[in-house]
Amino acid sequence: MSPESETSGGLKTELTLGLPGELQVQKSGIKRGFCEVVDLKLVNNSKSESQPSSKTQVVGWPPVRSYMKNLVRNCKYVKVAVDGAPYLRKIDLEIHSSYQDLLTGMGDLFTCLTICNVLNERKLMDSANGEEYVPTYEDKDGDWMLVGDVPWKMFVESCKRVRLMKSSEAIGLGAAAPSTPSKGSSTGC
Amino acid sequence: MAYSFPEEVLEYVFAFLSSHKDRNAVSLVCKSWYEIERWCRRRIFIGNCYAVSPQIVIRRFPEVRAVKIKGKPHFADFNLVPEGWGAYVYPWISAMVRSYPWLEEIKLKRMVVTDESLELLSKSFKNFKVLVLSSCEGFTTDGLASIAANCRNLRELDLRECEVEDLSGHWLSHFPDNFTSLVSLNMSCLGSEVSFSALERLVSRCPNLRTLRLNRAVPVEKLPNLLRRAPQLVEFGTGAYSAENQTDIFSNLVEAFSGCKHLKSLSGFWDVDPAYLPAMYYACTGITSLNLSNATVQSPDLVELIIQCPNLKCLWVLDYIEDAGLKALPSYCKDLQELRVFPSDPYGAEPNVSLTEQGLVTVSAGCPKLQSVLYFCRQMSNAALITIARNRPNLIRFRLCIIDPQAPDYLTLEPLDTGFGAIVEHCKELLRLSMSGLLTDRVFEYIGTHAKKLEMLSIAFAGDSDLGLHNVLSGCESLRKLEIMDCPFGDKALLANAAKLETMRSLWMSSCSVRRCPSSNVEVMDERGHPDSRPETCPVEKLYIYRTVAGPRVDKPNFVWTMDEDAVLRLS
Repeated sequence: MSPESETSGGLKTELTLGLPGELQVQKSGIKRGFCEVVDLKLVNNSKSESQPSSKTQVVGWPPVRSYMKNLVRNCKYVKVAVDGAPYLRKIDLEIHSSYQDLLTGMGDLFTCLTICNVLNERKLMDSANGEEYVPTYEDKDGDWMLVGDVPWKMFVESCKRVRLMKSSEAIGLGAAAPSTPSKGSSTGC
Repeated sequence: MAYSFPEEVLEYVFAFLSSHKDRNAVSLVCKSWYEIERWCRRRIFIGNCYAVSPQIVIRRFPEVRAVKIKGKPHFADFNLVPEGWGAYVYPWISAMVRSYPWLEEIKLKRMVVTDESLELLSKSFKNFKVLVLSSCEGFTTDGLASIAANCRNLRELDLRECEVEDLSGHWLSHFPDNFTSLVSLNMSCLGSEVSFSALERLVSRCPNLRTLRLNRAVPVEKLPNLLRRAPQLVEFGTGAYSAENQTDIFSNLVEAFSGCKHLKSLSGFWDVDPAYLPAMYYACTGITSLNLSNATVQSPDLVELIIQCPNLKCLWVLDYIEDAGLKALPSYCKDLQELRVFPSDPYGAEPNVSLTEQGLVTVSAGCPKLQSVLYFCRQMSNAALITIARNRPNLIRFRLCIIDPQAPDYLTLEPLDTGFGAIVEHCKELLRLSMSGLLTDRVFEYIGTHAKKLEMLSIAFAGDSDLGLHNVLSGCESLRKLEIMDCPFGDKALLANAAKLETMRSLWMSSCSVRRCPSSNVEVMDERGHPDSRPETCPVEKLYIYRTVAGPRVDKPNFVWTMDEDAVLRLS
C-alpha cells in the first residue's frame, strides 16, 4: 500500500502509461506497480490544462453505450485506421472545431504519433520509426480525399471514415511531396 | 435393469423443465436420461460462442428449434474489444441450416451478423419465427429486407441497440401483402425513415401485433394513425416526440392513446416536447415499464409523467430526473423493482444536474421491492451505501458508476470499501455487482467473504495488489463472469486460482499488470505484437480467459494470440 494514496493533492507531473492507441488517465499518487517501459510518457500539467477535460477520454470509461452519447449533443463517430496498425479507433468529429484541433485529437488517440507541420501540410509522425502519415478520408461519394481541402464543417458532414496513410502512398491524392511545395494542383486520383 | 418409465413418459416429464440448468442437471443423472434428454431438447443457450463449436452442439442435440448465443464479452459495449475480434454468427447459421431445417428462433447478443447470414437464414428455415439481435453489428438494412421478404411465418423481429448500416428504410416494404403473423417489431435502433404507408398497412394487417417500437424518424404526427390500427398493443415505443405546434396533434394523440387499454411498456421519446407528454396519461395506469432514457427534458416534466404510472415496476431515466424527481417515486410508484439512471453528460468535467447519492438513498428507503439498480452519479459516500444496503437487503443487482475514476467518499475522502462492503454483507442474494470510486484491497476482502451468490462482478481502477483479485477468485463461490479494467492485478492471483477459472464462463482483464498467463485457452489481445516479442516485464494489453471444449479459435484476427497453442480439448 503506498502512502501517496493518502494525499488528495495532485503531483506536478502526471504519469501516463501511453500504450499505442490507448490514452490512460492515472490519478496522481496512486501507485500501480506498472512496468516502466518504452511507452511511459510524462504529461505536463500545462498540457492537460490546455485541453478541455471532455476531450481526454479513457477508452471504456465511463461505461456508456455509444448510442447514449448522441442524446445531448450531436455526435459523429468515424473510424480511424492507421496504415500498419491492426486496431481501428473511433473519433468523434463533433467535439473538434478545426483541422488543427482534429490533428491534436488524433495525436492524443494514437499516442505514438506527433503532429509535424511541414510546409503548411498537416502530417503526423511516428517518432519511433520516423514514418510520416497523411490524414485522408472517404467522403459521401466514396472518394478518398486529403483531409484539409474543404471547409471544416463541410468535411465533418461528408466524412465517412479516416485513414492515416503513409506519406509515400499519399502522393497520388494530390499531396505535394515535401520538396515541391505546389498546392492547388489536382486533387483526387 | 428395469426402467421405471418408458422413454415417452420421461420425455413428457422433461418437457416441463424449461430452465437450462434443470435440463443440464437431468442429463447428468444417468446415460439413458442423457440420451432421452438430448433428443428432446428444443431450446439451447450458449453463453459464449467460443466455448463450444456448432458441430459439437448439433451432434449432441439433433432436434433443436430455438437457439440463443452470446458472443463478445460485455466490455465490448464500451469499445474495449477491438474491431475484428470475432463472434461471427455465420459458421453457426451455416451449420444449423444443414442440421436444423425446422429451426424457429435465433437470439443473438454481441455477435457479428452479416447480410449474408441473414439472407441464408431467411431462405433456409421455412418455419422461422423469431429473430432477436441484441447489440449486434455487421449487417445492413439489405439483410433486414431479406428477412422481411422471405420469412413467411415471422413473428418477432427485434433489433435492440444494434449497429446497422442504414442504407434506406425500404426494407420494411419487403414484407409481402399477405404477411400477417407479426407479433413484435422493434426497429428503434435504425436511422432511416421507413415508408409510413407501408408501416400503417403492416400494422393494420397484423392483428396479433403486441410490440411496436418505432425509430426516431417516425414523427409524432404519425402516431395516432398507427395506434388506432393497433389498440391491442402491449409495448409501444414512440419516435421523435415533438412537432410544430399543431393543436390537432395533441387531441389526436389523446384519443389514440386512450384507445390503447393494454399498454404495459412505453419507450422511445427522442426529442421530447414536454407539451405532448400529457397525451399519454390515459394509457399510463397499466404501465409497468417506462424507458425515458432518451428523454432530454427537465425533472418536473419527467415526474409529471412518471407519477401517472402507479403500477410502475421498471424505470429507465436520464439524470435530468435529479434527486428532487427521485423523491417522488416512493409516494407514487411503490412497486418499483428496477431503476436505471443514465448520465446526460458523461464526459463533462462538472455536474450539469443536481443528482447525487441522495436520490438513490431516497428510493432505496421508500421502494420496498427495489431489487435492481444501475446508477450513474458524481459523488458517493460510505454512509449512503451503508444506508442503501440496510434499507434494501433484497437487492440482487447493484451497479454503481461514479463518473470520476477513483473518486473517494466525498464527505470523508476515504475509500468506499466499507460502503460496498456493506452492500455485499447485507444483500445476501446479490447476483451482480459493478463498483467504482476509490477502492483498495479491503473491499475485495469483504467481497470474498460475503458475496457468496455473486455471479458477475465488474471492477475498474480498484485495488492495490494481487491480493484483491485473489480474494475475489478464492471467495466468490458462484462467480461466473469477472471483468476488470485498469486494476493493478497481475499473474500471482491468476496462477494461484487457475482451477477457479475453469468453473467460470469468462474473465476479462484490460490494462492490468498481467504478464504471464496461467493456462490454456487464454486470449491475449495486443496491438504491439506477440507477447513474447516484448520485454518480460511488460504487461499485456487485454486478456480474455474462458473455458471451452472447442479448442483454440480458428478465426482469430492478427492481434489475438492464444497463449497455449497446444490447448487440450477438454471433454465436457
